Amino acid sequence: MMVVQALLAGVFQVVQMALLLLLAPGLTGLVRVIKARLLGRRGPPLVQPYLDLLRLLKKEVVLAENASWLFRTTPYLVFTAIWLAAALVPTFSTALALTATADLIALVALLASARFFLALAGMDVGTSFGGLGSSREMMIATLAEPAMLMVIFSVAILVRTTSLSLIVDFMLSGGVGLRVSLALALISLLMVAIAENGRVPIDNPATHLELTMVHEAMVLEYSGRHLALIEAAGMMKLVLYMALIACIFLPWGIAAPNDGPVELLIGLVTFVLKLVAGAVLLAMFETGIAKMRVFRYGEFLGGALLLSLLGAIFLYVSTGL
Amino acid sequence: MLDYLASVGLRAENHRPYPRFDLSREAWAELVTTLAAKDDWSLLGLWADTAIVHMALRDEAAMTVGVVSLSCPEGRFPSVAGVRPGAIRLERTIQDLFGICAESLVDPRPWLDHDSWPIRLPLSADPPDPLGQPEPYPFLPVEGPGLHQIPVGPVHAGIIEPGHFRFTCNGETVVRLEQRLGYVHKGTEWLMAGRSIAEAGKLAARVSGDSTVAHSWAFAGAVEAAVGAPVPPRAVWLRALMAELERLANHLGDIGAICNDASFAFMLAECGLLREKVLRTADACFGHRLMMDRIVPGGVAVDLPAEGRDAILGLVRDIAVAFPPLVRIYDEKASLQDRTVGTGRVDGGLVNRFGAGGHVGRASGRGLDARLGPGYAPYDELEFSVPVFTEGDVNARVWVRIREVEASLSLVQQILDKLPEGPVHVPVVPMAGQGMALVESFRGEIMTWVAVREDGIVTRCHPRDPSWFQWPLLEAAIEGNIVADFPLCNKSFNCSYSGHDL
Repeated sequence: MMVVQALLAGVFQVVQMALLLLLAPGLTGLVRVIKARLLGRRGPPLVQPYLDLLRLLKKEVVLAENASWLFRTTPYLVFTAIWLAAALVPTFSTALALTATADLIALVALLASARFFLALAGMDVGTSFGGLGSSREMMIATLAEPAMLMVIFSVAILVRTTSLSLIVDFMLSGGVGLRVSLALALISLLMVAIAENGRVPIDNPATHLELTMVHEAMVLEYSGRHLALIEAAGMMKLVLYMALIACIFLPWGIAAPNDGPVELLIGLVTFVLKLVAGAVLLAMFETGIAKMRVFRYGEFLGGALLLSLLGAIFLYVSTGL
Repeated sequence: MLDYLASVGLRAENHRPYPRFDLSREAWAELVTTLAAKDDWSLLGLWADTAIVHMALRDEAAMTVGVVSLSCPEGRFPSVAGVRPGAIRLERTIQDLFGICAESLVDPRPWLDHDSWPIRLPLSADPPDPLGQPEPYPFLPVEGPGLHQIPVGPVHAGIIEPGHFRFTCNGETVVRLEQRLGYVHKGTEWLMAGRSIAEAGKLAARVSGDSTVAHSWAFAGAVEAAVGAPVPPRAVWLRALMAELERLANHLGDIGAICNDASFAFMLAECGLLREKVLRTADACFGHRLMMDRIVPGGVAVDLPAEGRDAILGLVRDIAVAFPPLVRIYDEKASLQDRTVGTGRVDGGLVNRFGAGGHVGRASGRGLDARLGPGYAPYDELEFSVPVFTEGDVNARVWVRIREVEASLSLVQQILDKLPEGPVHVPVVPMAGQGMALVESFRGEIMTWVAVREDGIVTRCHPRDPSWFQWPLLEAAIEGNIVADFPLCNKSFNCSYSGHDL
């Protein structure tokens, strides 16, 4: 029995990783299509991000003369780290092979390493835009990471674990009830997700203005398959955050370890529906707001940190640990 | 001012409609000293002929315009840049194109000439070969701890005109911006010299594509003044109609584009839709979306068709319905206001010193409009007001545009109501003379000066785009702001690269 379960967990893990790889460009495409529709434009076809990635993969890589090994290896590191991080988040089933070995803290660490290498690569070639983007990205990161960790602590205090699968099980068990702390944590996590994914109002993924870019400025020197990997990692990150928010706060539909194929199918369908809902909400939010000044990032993410901190304190007081 | 100019100079013949005075070297030098004390005599233009320098001045109190000329056979003239900073780049351009040297010019570096043309001093009597070894352009030195430079352009990430911007920053804060322009120099003045009026008119229409109507009108007005040609009344009114449609289209596009630079794409989509309606109506009525080459010396090239009146009235109605809700959204969107209010402030005193017109001037309290002063037909028979704000920030420049859109809608209606019948074109009979015209484009006033030979050949033409006096102010506007706000400031200015680089 144990062997079968372990085998199944392995299979599910592989299916999940393939699923994320497959869905990520589609989600980005969906957000773009909805945004275009909201503006009264027809917008690019849903498959455009897939085609873009294929085109980039076929193109040759143009490297700056002074690009070091760091610049060349970073795209692979970043893509792997984010793909691995995404693999940790239960999407359709909690029976994942990596659950036992990696938790939320590991997920944050993987994301942080990806950003660390990307920021280094941004400065590697020595162009002013790379440095500009890296410095802005790190400014955002220093504010977003503590907020993210506080959210994790809130949840961990409540559930007494940092393992995502156990969190999902706990949330589904119905023993949580309605908690102010979780609401605060959700808002905080949403703000962090917006910042981490470089969405409006923090960064504009569609801008052509090099001076306002954050993420785009950092990767301005990349081309060909390197760029394809970085873009794919960015798309994967969006799926990751949506899946993370869904699995902690809206875990309904996710199959438990011993569930049958029907539950698994329900898990898959609800996951896709959750992504679509997330895309609609994200597009509506982005259409309704202008980008904020660079120096306002601190206020925005400081707010996120404050909310998550309040959530943790409330929880601490109410549960009386 | 004209009395003073008449007392120091000799009135030249055949220069219409504003008088021109030939000055001696001493009188020119004296005028420069006088200018220092006369703040309301603003610089309208400074340009050269083979061995003559011309300067157009406007007395803002009396609303009179006069031109002074200095013959400089030794190839040097006393610089006016010390008292009129707007002249600095014009004098550097004269040095680059004519080899006429401005004495004691504060900034003698080359401007338009990047030493990449096949000849040097293209408009001088005997153009020498290029140096072949272009030296690196010496940017102004900036010193201080923790400063770093960000070079931007001339090729940008978006599809816009080329220009180089050298930012010196302390972290995100801009300490200094220095522009380098000239990348789209097309040799327009060189191409115009020696061409027929019709050919030169086509070139004038292409000085800056977004203000092609205003540039064509300024050229046509200057030629008509030079040869004393009459313009049929209907043509005069049709010109104003086209000019207001052009203003509408550009302001609508700008309002959307400014909001889009704050990543608020909704306004770009909605304003873009309205702009497109204007362009399609222009296409339906005049056969060209931008109405290029529709204004020609002697009148207009195409008459407004019978159904055109209703099409334009329908357009005005559409915009009058769709525009106010957009203005409300702009005004009530806190996240958008947070970006535009207080950003890129230009001091009113600076605007006056540079003589900047258009939305840049009007947002900082300088309310001059060539349609009112010195004024030209048919605007003397139309009712409109010129919006003036004093904040000088991006928000004020947006509001100037919003108010001008409303004014233009009313103007279009008035023009259609009063549009007289009759012919729209009278062939121009060539005659020797010099003429100039001031026409208000959507950016500000265009000054075009032209010299025509008796056989109808344009010997010299100088179209001065309003951007000449606005570009330097952008350097001032961004100081103390953050780098990421530059695109917003730049778009709120929306200066022409092409019109400036000629």
